[in-house]
Amino acid sequence: MRLREIPLTAWIGILGILFAFFCAVFASLIAPFGEREIVAGVWEPANELYLLGTDNLGRDLLSRLIYGAQTTLFVSLAASILSFSIGIFLSFTAAVSGGPIDQGLSRLNDLMMSIPTLIFALVVLAVLPQNIFILIAVMAILDSTRVYRLGRAVALDIAVMEFVEAAKLRGEGRMWIIFREILPNALSPLLAEFGLRFAFSILFLSTLSFLGLGIQPPAADWGGMVKDNKDGIIFGIQAALIPGGAIAALAVCVNMVVDWLLKRTSSLKGGRGDA
Amino acid sequence: MANPLAGVYAARHRLKESHPLTVLIVERLGLSLLLLWAVSVLIFAGIEALPGDFAQTYLGQSATPQSIANIRADLGLDRPITTRYFEWLGGVVQGDFGNSWASGAPVTEQITKRLGNSLFLAFFAAAISVPLAVGLGMVAVHYRNRIPDRVINILSLAAISLPEFFIGYLLIVFFAVQLGVATFPSTVYDGMPWSERMAAIALPTATLVMVVLAHMMRMTRAAIISVMSSAYMETAELKGLGAFKAIVKHAAPNAIAPIVNVVALNLAYLVVGVVVVEVVFVYPGMGQYMVDAVTVRDMPVVQACGLIFAAVYILLNMVADLVAIIANPRLRHPR
Amino acid sequence: MPDLLSVRDLRIGATIFPPGEDPQDIDIVHGISFDLQKGKVLGLIGESGAGKSTIGLAALAYGRGGVRITGGEVLLDGEDILSMNKKGIRSIRGARVCYVAQSAAASFNPAHKLGDQVIESSIEHGLMTREEARKRADYLFDILGLPDPHNFGDRYPHQVSGGQLQRAMTAMALCSNPELIVFDEPTTALDVTTQIDVLAAIKNAIEKTGTAALYITHDLAVVAQISDDIMVLRNGDTVEYGPVQQIIENPRQDYTKALVNVRQTKLAEARDQSDALLKVENISAAYGNGVQVLHDVSLHVPRGQTLAVVGESGSGKSTLARVITGLLPPFEGKVTFVDEELSAEQKKRSRDHLRRIQLIYQMADTAMNPRQTVGQIIGRPLQFYFGMRGAARKAKVIELLDEIEMGETFYDRYPAELSGGQKQRVAIARALAAKPELILCDEPTSALDPLVAEGILDLLMRLQKERQVSYLFITHDIAIVRAIADSVAVMLQGKLVDFGPRSEVLNPPFDDYTDLLLKSVPEMKLGWLENVLATRKMESAGH
Repeated sequence: MRLREIPLTAWIGILGILFAFFCAVFASLIAPFGEREIVAGVWEPANELYLLGTDNLGRDLLSRLIYGAQTTLFVSLAASILSFSIGIFLSFTAAVSGGPIDQGLSRLNDLMMSIPTLIFALVVLAVLPQNIFILIAVMAILDSTRVYRLGRAVALDIAVMEFVEAAKLRGEGRMWIIFREILPNALSPLLAEFGLRFAFSILFLSTLSFLGLGIQPPAADWGGMVKDNKDGIIFGIQAALIPGGAIAALAVCVNMVVDWLLKRTSSLKGGRGDA
Repeated sequence: MANPLAGVYAARHRLKESHPLTVLIVERLGLSLLLLWAVSVLIFAGIEALPGDFAQTYLGQSATPQSIANIRADLGLDRPITTRYFEWLGGVVQGDFGNSWASGAPVTEQITKRLGNSLFLAFFAAAISVPLAVGLGMVAVHYRNRIPDRVINILSLAAISLPEFFIGYLLIVFFAVQLGVATFPSTVYDGMPWSERMAAIALPTATLVMVVLAHMMRMTRAAIISVMSSAYMETAELKGLGAFKAIVKHAAPNAIAPIVNVVALNLAYLVVGVVVVEVVFVYPGMGQYMVDAVTVRDMPVVQACGLIFAAVYILLNMVADLVAIIANPRLRHPR
Repeated sequence: MPDLLSVRDLRIGATIFPPGEDPQDIDIVHGISFDLQKGKVLGLIGESGAGKSTIGLAALAYGRGGVRITGGEVLLDGEDILSMNKKGIRSIRGARVCYVAQSAAASFNPAHKLGDQVIESSIEHGLMTREEARKRADYLFDILGLPDPHNFGDRYPHQVSGGQLQRAMTAMALCSNPELIVFDEPTTALDVTTQIDVLAAIKNAIEKTGTAALYITHDLAVVAQISDDIMVLRNGDTVEYGPVQQIIENPRQDYTKALVNVRQTKLAEARDQSDALLKVENISAAYGNGVQVLHDVSLHVPRGQTLAVVGESGSGKSTLARVITGLLPPFEGKVTFVDEELSAEQKKRSRDHLRRIQLIYQMADTAMNPRQTVGQIIGRPLQFYFGMRGAARKAKVIELLDEIEMGETFYDRYPAELSGGQKQRVAIARALAAKPELILCDEPTSALDPLVAEGILDLLMRLQKERQVSYLFITHDIAIVRAIADSVAVMLQGKLVDFGPRSEVLNPPFDDYTDLLLKSVPEMKLGWLENVLATRKMESAGH
C-alpha cells in the first residue's frame, strides 16, 4: 500500500489523532498551568496569558483542555480495546463453534442489545460506586455487544468459505483455524470497526461526563468541562463550546480515517476472488 | 436418534409452509414479549448481582452499620429478591411503579406527564428526519460520486461526530443568544397554548433531527444503492422504461424493507438523543427525570424509566421487523 | 434479403480497477462485424472474457458496468442505433429488440406478478392494450410449454422453478413482437434435463414467431442445435464466422477445432473393479431439519480407478461426498476405507485417515486462503502430515508445482493473481501433497471454460496413472463421465439409480432416468435436438 494512495481526508484524520495523542502523553510538559490551578477570575476572556480564557472556577481552559485530552483519550482507548477484545473473542468462538455455544452467546447478546446503551449505562451506574475502572468496564462490556454482532457476521462470512472447511478436513485445531485462516481475512473490516468503537467511546464518555456520571471533578475531562461551563451559555459565555469542539474535532478525525478504511475493505473484497 | 421436539418442528414446518406470514408475526410478537420480560429481570435483578453493597453506596460518607441497616429496612431491601421482583413486576403490569425514594411520591404520576412530553418531542423529530433522510439519500444516489454526493457525505460525517449536547449548545448560542429567535430553556407546562409549545420545542427538535438525520441518511443511501444495482433494475432499463418509472414501479416496492430497517436501527439514536437533549434544554421529559434520579440513586425511578425506555425501543424494533416481514412478497404469497 | 441487424467494426472498451493500482482503460472488443437476416439465428460462442455478452448488449446500445461502446456502427434496419438519442434508444428497447438474461431468477422483480412484468414493455411502448397483451402472453406461455398457461401470469417469481422462469423471460421478450431477441446464456444455469426442454421451447417459439435471434453461449453443442450461423469469439476478436454446418463439420481455425473436439477422447475402461478402496454401504442421511437427502446408497471405488457419480441438482451427489468425509454423519450405514470402518464424524477420525482421503472443490476461488501464497498453501499439508520444514519442504513444493505443469515462479504468488485453471491446479497440488489414496473431486471443472477444463481432466488422468490414486468424481456432465470414468453411479433425488462399470451403465438396457439423462446431453451434431424431440413424440404416442 503506497503512501500517496491515502486520500487527503484520511491524512487530516491521522494527523489530528496523532496531535491529540501527543497532547495526552506530554500533557504535563505542554500545559502552561496546572489541571486544578485557579489562575484568574471566573470566565475571563482569551488573552496572551490564558490563550482560551478561563473557566467557571477561574482555571486556565487551555491547560484543562490538554489534561482533558489525557483523560478522554486514555479512558476511551482502554474501553475500546477492552470492548473489542471481549467482542472479537466471544464472536469468533461462537462463529467457529456453532451449535449451542453460538445460540447461547447470540441470544445473550441480543438481550443486551435490546436496551439502548446509554439507558443501560445509566441504570448500571446508578448502582455502582464511582470509580474509573468501573467506568471503563461498564463502557467496554456494553459496547462489546456491537463488536460481537459485527465480528460474528464477519467470521461467519469467512467461515463458510471452503478453505476453512478444507482446513477442518485436514484436521487443523480450532485455534489454528481462528488465528491462521479466519483472522487474517477479517483484518480490514475489523480495523474499521475498531475505529468506529473508538469514536463511539469518545462520544459516549463525554456524554456520560456531561450528565455527571462519567469522570468526576475536579479531574479534567472534555465532557465534564462542558457541564461545568454550560451555565454561561445563556449569558453569552462560550467557554463550554471549546471542549465540545475538541470532542467533535477528534471524533471527526477518527471517522475520516474509518471512512477510508471502509472504502479499502470493500475494494479488497471485490479484488479477492474474481477472475 | 429421535428428537423429542421433532414433532413440534415438523408441525411448525407445515404451518410455516401454508401461512408463513401469520406464523412469523405471532413468533415475532412472542419474542418481543419474552425479550421485554427478560429485560425486566435484567433491570431489576441484574442490578442486585452487581458488586458493591447498594445501601453503602447510597449513603456514601455517612454509612454506619446502623444507618445501613435502617436504610435497608426502610427501603425494604432486607426482603428476599424474588419477592421484591414479583411485587415490582405485579405493580408494573398494573401501571404502578412504586414510590420515589427521593420524594416519596408515586413514580407513575411523574411518568405519565413526562412520557407524553418525551414522546411528543421524539415524534416530531422522527416525522421531520425520516422523510428528510430518505430524500437526501435519494439525492445522494442520483448524483452518486459527484459534487452533491460528496458534500452530503462530508456534512453527514461531521454531523455524526458531534456529540448531541454540543449540537444543542451550538444551536442555543446561535439562535437563542445571538439571534434571539428561539426560547431557552424549553419549559413546557399543562395547558400551554399550541404555538408557544411549538416554539419551546423548536430547538430541541432541531437538535434531535440533526443527530439522527446524519446516521440515517448514510444508511438510506446505502440501502437505495443496493436496490438500484439489482438485476431487475437492469431488466427495466433494457425494456426501455424511463428512469423515473423504473424507480417508482420496480425499485420502490423492494426498498421498503431495507429503509424501514434503517429507520429502526436509528431509533436507538433517537431514544438516547432524547435523554441528552432534555438535559441540555431543561425540557421536562423522561430523559431529564431519569438522569436526575440516577444522580441521587433513586432506584424505583431509575428502574421504571429504564424499563419504559427499553419497552419503547423493543416495541419500535418489533414494528419495524413486522413491516419488513409484511413487505416481503415471498411471505405474502407462499408457494 | 436486406439485413435486419448489421454490426460494422464494433469496438467496446471498459475501465477496470485492479486492487492497489490506478484505474485503467482497456479494449475488450476489437472491431467485430456480422450480419443477421430477419428470422435467422446467429450463435455467438466463446469462453469467458471473449466479449460475447458485451456484444449482445451492444445490440441494445447498452453497456453494463463501466463498459462503453467506443466505435463502429450497429445498424437496425439500416439505422445506426448507437447514434440515437436517449429517447430513440428507449423506444427500441423492449419493443424492437429484447433481451433474455442469463439469470431469470434475479432479473424478475420479486415484488410483482410474472404476468404483469411480461406484458409491461408492450403496454409502456403503446404497442397493444392490456387485454391484447394478456392474450398474447397466455399464447406465448402455451407455446413455451409452461404449465396452466392461462393462470401462469398470476404467479410470483419465487413460486415457480428456474426452468419456468427462463421460459417466462423468453415470453417477456417475445411479447412485444420484437424483430430481434438477444439470448444471453439462457440455459447455462439449468440442469441438463431441463435445458433440453427450454432449448426446444425457445427454438419452437422463434420458428413460430419468425423472430431473429442472437444466441450467446459457451457450449458449442447447444448452439449447434439452434443457430443458422455461428461466430466464434476469443478475447474480443473473431476467430471464425460461418454457417453452422461449416463450423461444426469443417472447422478451419485451430481454436474452433479444439472447441469442436472437446471431450472426444475416451480412455479405455479398467478391467478389474473388485478391489474396493472405499466402500459405501447402505448410507442414509438427513439434514438437521429432518429432511432426508440420501436413501440407502451403496457403492464402491476400486483402487487406482475413477468412479464418476453423476446426477443433477438435488440428486444428493455432493451430500454423499460430505458423508464420506465425515462432515455429515449418516443415521444409517457405514463407510469403509481399505477394510477399516471410518468414524461417522470427521472430528473423531485419525489424522492418517484424514490424510489419505483428500477433497477438491468446485470453486477454486473460495477453496484457498487468499492471504496465503501458493507456496504456503501447498506446503501446509507437507508440514502438517509429514513434519517437513524449511528447504526440504520448499523443494517438495516446487516438485509438486512442476507436476501440475506450473513451475517454481508460482511459489510466491497469491491466489488472486492466478487464472481459474491455475487455481484449480494449485488445489490439486495441495491434495497431492498429502499423498492420498483417494481424492474426492466435487465438480472441479464445472466452473471452468471447456478448454481449460479439458486441461485439468488430462492432468488428473495423468496423475492417476503415475500415482495409482483413486478418484470419486462428482459431476453433472455426461461427456466427462464418458471420457474419464471406469465405473459410474447415477443418482436421482438421493437414491442410487444405477451403479456399475462404465460400459454397463452407459449402454442399454437403461432404467428410465439414466435413459433420460443420456438423451438430454447435447451432442456436437446438427439436428440432434430434432431427433430427440421426434423420439419423444414417438414414445408418448406409443403409450
